Amino acid sequence: MIRTPLRPLAHILSARARGENPDSIERENIRLRQEKTRDRARARAEGRLLLLGIAFAMAFTVIGGRMGLLAATEPSEPRSANSGAQILTGRADLTDRNGRILATNLLTHSLYAQPKDMVDPTRVASELARIFPDMDAKLLLARFTDGRSFVWVRKTLSPEQMQAVHDIGDPGLLFGPREMRLYPNGRLAAHVLGGASFGAEGVHSAEVIGTAGIEKYLDAQLRDPALEGKPVALSLDLTVQATTQEVLEAGMKMMNAKGATAILMDVHTGEILSLVSLPDFDPNDRPQALLKGDPADSPLFNRAVQGVYELGSTFKIFAAAQAVDLGLLESSSMVDADAPMIWGKHKIKEFENHNYGPLLSVRDVIVKSSNVGVAHIALQIGAVRQQAFLKSLGFFGPTPVELVEAAGAKPLIPKRWAEIVTITTSYGHGMSASPMHLAAAYAAIANGGTAVKPTLLRVEKPQNAPAVMSPETSLAAIDMLRGVVTEGTASLGDVEGYQVAGKTGTADKPKATGGYYHDKVINTFASLFPASDPHYVLIVTLDEPVETTGPIPRRTAGWTAVPVAAEIIRRVAPLLGLRPVIEPAATDAVTLVHN
Amino acid sequence: MRPILYALSFLAVIGLAFWAYRENYATQKLLRQVEALQTEIGTLREALAVQRAEWAYLNRPDRLRELSTINFDRLGLFPLEPTQFGQIDQVSYPVPPAMFLQDSLDGILTINLSGTLADPDAPTDDRAKTTEIVDSHEEQVP
Repeated sequence: MIRTPLRPLAHILSARARGENPDSIERENIRLRQEKTRDRARARAEGRLLLLGIAFAMAFTVIGGRMGLLAATEPSEPRSANSGAQILTGRADLTDRNGRILATNLLTHSLYAQPKDMVDPTRVASELARIFPDMDAKLLLARFTDGRSFVWVRKTLSPEQMQAVHDIGDPGLLFGPREMRLYPNGRLAAHVLGGASFGAEGVHSAEVIGTAGIEKYLDAQLRDPALEGKPVALSLDLTVQATTQEVLEAGMKMMNAKGATAILMDVHTGEILSLVSLPDFDPNDRPQALLKGDPADSPLFNRAVQGVYELGSTFKIFAAAQAVDLGLLESSSMVDADAPMIWGKHKIKEFENHNYGPLLSVRDVIVKSSNVGVAHIALQIGAVRQQAFLKSLGFFGPTPVELVEAAGAKPLIPKRWAEIVTITTSYGHGMSASPMHLAAAYAAIANGGTAVKPTLLRVEKPQNAPAVMSPETSLAAIDMLRGVVTEGTASLGDVEGYQVAGKTGTADKPKATGGYYHDKVINTFASLFPASDPHYVLIVTLDEPVETTGPIPRRTAGWTAVPVAAEIIRRVAPLLGLRPVIEPAATDAVTLVHN
Repeated sequence: MRPILYALSFLAVIGLAFWAYRENYATQKLLRQVEALQTEIGTLREALAVQRAEWAYLNRPDRLRELSTINFDRLGLFPLEPTQFGQIDQVSYPVPPAMFLQDSLDGILTINLSGTLADPDAPTDDRAKTTEIVDSHEEQVP
């Protein structure tokens, strides 16, 4: 680089000769030099900016191109990733507590038609009507020829039907794969499982959604892809459920009942081992809901959960247990039981106008099922404490069991809790609850006084729930219930070796127009076994039963629900692994020997 | 020096290109294999689900109950009863081996005695007999 001198001698000499200041020449040269330096720096900065701009433009072009490509192309499975269960993206299975399948999926095909591709619609319609007897050839032909380009024909096909449709050989008939819900056990546990149907449907797939029961309650969980189709274990035991259903069905027929329900529950964990409601249905072919009339007449009606009934004398034990728990009375204390009892304009009578009075012990009030006796006990407790106790047992809200129907079945509670309500509630009238409520409440008595929430899901541990009564009260109440079976109204319920304890309840059915029927009853037997160390609670309810072996028809629970429950216990207890035991001698019998 | 370097790098490029070509095809082959395997796994899973469903359907309690009723002559199956629970002392112990007696009496008993001991049908009778013989034997000794 040639460096220009700041004071070139020639210029200075000539400037001096002209008499000018030579310093101006130096200043001019410095200015030129600075201008040159500035131009160079600017050019370099511009070059750098350009380079950076190009780099950024390229980066954004690459990212934008990639995004566009991802958005525009069909998604595809990663081919090399190792894959496990995610290949299977169906609805999760439901199993019983031992892993036996209650609901699973089966791959079938659906049949649809594209009439524009159809060669001979008339023949296709008549052939289809021949394969599927429930279809009408004329209607099919009308749908094929009215100009539409797509028609659903069947939602599911059996392999044989599919072959038959193949054999028609028309290019306008097409198949799409379908995953369909299958209940291999048929009617067993129908009310628990509910049913499933198709939601949004496409040609290549359709979503399977639960329509009732636990299928609907757990719908989100069963369809959650994150759980990878892991089966959900229910608390039901398939064998126990089948046995209960068999015995209950036979009992319902024998007692000429319109309907029946049985709930078997573990008292510590709240697991429901068996829930039967009759009449039942096949969830594979779920019937339509009734559009008019009483929904309780439909086989879809789950009596165990939705059937809100006045449960009759089964409620008496709650008043007795509460009185003992509050320390107001003891099991042997005497109470007024002089029937009939006049309260205001109401007259409280005993069954068949008996009079068990004038005085009865609390235990005998339960054993003999005295309305008047328990009314006096309830009056001692008072309305406020009675309501609080029933509330703690879960009688004031819907049961938390995992069925969609449960939330809608609220107990019927009187709005004003007058003293007469206190009296009638103590013997199970004026307030209605479902057998499931009763099962939960009896479980609390049986397990030493802990409130349990009934559940249909398998749980390993006992529930950590608040105590509603002392263990001593629980023992006293179980002793009273055992008395009902050994010496009271449920003598037919004594199963040798299993020390059944329980309480019968007979309630007249309310008329839709008001008042009560006298020849239509709901019979309930709420039992727990074995009394020395209760493990299970069994509730059996029969709707309008009548026992006709005697000269006059008998409609009390002791003659109808109790023998059915006893047979269920006799059959089911060995299946549950309960060994028959010799009953320990009563403690007072031992003291008698001492004296 | 420089031409050799050029020749070597050229050869390296050819070698690497050949390696990349082979790797590419090997990878594609493996990907196809994985795809085929995944399809097979899917099919097998489907078949498994169908068979599980069929197993559950064939083992449904209704059908088993019916079958046990039909085949009652051969199977004689009853529902489980409370009386079918046994006590541990109801389980019979194995018959004590006759060898024990034989050992203790070894050298004392005659040959025909060991013949009677071996009879498995009447062990109690045998024992009675042996004690009888032992007694008589002892009586003879003094």
